[in-house]
Amino acid sequence: MTATPRTIPLATSAVARPRSLSWIATDAVTIAWRNLLQVVRNPQLAVIDTITPIMFVLLFAFVFGGAIRVPGGNYIAYLMPGIFVQTVVFGATGTAVGLAEDMQKGLVDRFRSLPMAPSAVLIGRTFSDALRNLYTVLVMTVVGYVIGFRFEGGLPAALLALGLVVGFGYSISWISANIGLVTKSAQAAQGAIFIPIFPLTFASSAFVPVATMPSWLRPIAEANPVTVVVNASRGLVSGGADAATVGAALAWIVGLVVVFAPIALLSYRRRA
Amino acid sequence: MTQSAILTEGLAKSYGSVHALRGVDIVVPQATVLGLLGPNGAGKTTAVRILATLLLPDAGRALVAGRDVVREPDAVRSQVGLTGQYAAVDENLTGRENLELVGRLLHMGRGAARARADELLDAFELGDAGRRPARTYSGGMRRRLDLAASLVGRPTVLFLDEPTTGLDPRSRVSLWDVIAGLVADGTTILLTTQYLEEADRLADQIAVIDDGLVIAEGTSAQLKDRLGGDVIEMRLIEPGRASEAIALLSPLAAAEPRLEAETGHLTIPVHHAGGALTEVVRRLDGANLEVAELSMHRPSLDDVFLALTGRRTDTDRAAAERTAASGRFSRRQQRKAA
Repeated sequence: MTATPRTIPLATSAVARPRSLSWIATDAVTIAWRNLLQVVRNPQLAVIDTITPIMFVLLFAFVFGGAIRVPGGNYIAYLMPGIFVQTVVFGATGTAVGLAEDMQKGLVDRFRSLPMAPSAVLIGRTFSDALRNLYTVLVMTVVGYVIGFRFEGGLPAALLALGLVVGFGYSISWISANIGLVTKSAQAAQGAIFIPIFPLTFASSAFVPVATMPSWLRPIAEANPVTVVVNASRGLVSGGADAATVGAALAWIVGLVVVFAPIALLSYRRRA
Repeated sequence: MTQSAILTEGLAKSYGSVHALRGVDIVVPQATVLGLLGPNGAGKTTAVRILATLLLPDAGRALVAGRDVVREPDAVRSQVGLTGQYAAVDENLTGRENLELVGRLLHMGRGAARARADELLDAFELGDAGRRPARTYSGGMRRRLDLAASLVGRPTVLFLDEPTTGLDPRSRVSLWDVIAGLVADGTTILLTTQYLEEADRLADQIAVIDDGLVIAEGTSAQLKDRLGGDVIEMRLIEPGRASEAIALLSPLAAAEPRLEAETGHLTIPVHHAGGALTEVVRRLDGANLEVAELSMHRPSLDDVFLALTGRRTDTDRAAAERTAASGRFSRRQQRKAA
């Protein structure tokens, strides 16, 4: 007898699928579909997604509108791009919370035990969060129009402005994904993500002109990507956009994704 | 020739200085159930996570359905199903949507995923509940849905990580029936559990795992023989006379009686508790040995552990502490007192 009793038969039906881009896309769409279904199935989430942007626009416009003097004097026109960016950045925190929750509840374990593209869990999550942000931005635009906001730069500029805003939210989602992957619970993720998010959104030109800030803060606020994206959107909204600012905003968006997406994907693969 | 659906050799995994697995060899023939029995922290879940390709081992190798879990994870994933300790279902999705989600991630077509979901919902008696969000399900229904989700891809090997922990007895028995049915259909199962009764009921072979090592292996009957069948446990009013009692009762015991000095508990393994109990009482009475507590029970994981390692499981210790701490003593005081 030469055969060892521990003989292992070759699996006959196991066919490893090639990892192709279309496979990643299909799985990402499935994951995104599931994430959005979650929102639809959970009326509270859907209501929050709708009420929050309305509340933000109305609060900032009417509470701060009278107190903050801005260049040009029209605070609504000044405010809307800022509130757009602030809201999508806050919306992007959902990426961290959603991922942490999926890990906490064992859903990520289930996904990892399936022969699906691992990257699809993150790509699908950031994609569905971008769609949620797009919805939020559209709601805000409608509310803005009711209280006197107008896109002054024409349709292409308006679309580019909204594209920049949602794109920036998408790039922040990848930072958020990294935080979601290292925190152990949805609650911890929720807490941790706001530590970078608050200074990022408020030490910027989102609500007040940078010129009003103390001199030590000004250079930081000027360099803040939130300021860059808000200024670019303001330009596009008012019809006075310059290519350099829009280019800088695009560079930030692409740069953040290029840096943080691979880190998140690697971290997801390594996570036990 | 025996065909192995799962085989591991020298599987090891550490988390920093904690050695979760220290060289585990497991062989599970096709269409059989291996029960991995052990207390919390013994390494059961780590073993399952490695076999289900969720975790990379530090050393050793593991083959599932003939494929190496490290080198061919996708081939393994297309053959296995995993059901975790907590039900991994999306609470906001309906039962059917949960199953469809898995089907589509397995790259089934929309229609095929839906058909498979309906088939499984029927098989798991969730047909009516399939349209409701999973958050409205009872614990037992959730587990069934979780198990159904792990079966969407018709796995040949199924990992069940403490599938009935936290379930009420009725749901537990109903889940056992489902699992037994799967094995009858040719599925190979690796089951981890803290309950000897569960391993007893479902497993062809049992591997007792402790501190990252398999410390005993065999059928349920073989393991129980090592324990001597049932267990009679007592505590004397006068603990000082324990040796007297041991001398009297040893002839009735199937294995060496054990005395726990700390608590004064005397454990006597017997072949059949029913018959032996009367004789035990008669002998104690004859010697004027009064008992404060007397009980008989089937051997538990704790008894297996006590017999194999000479110590109680952490689970039991923790449970005992909890019970004690629920009185007026804090846990710290309890430790001090002990």
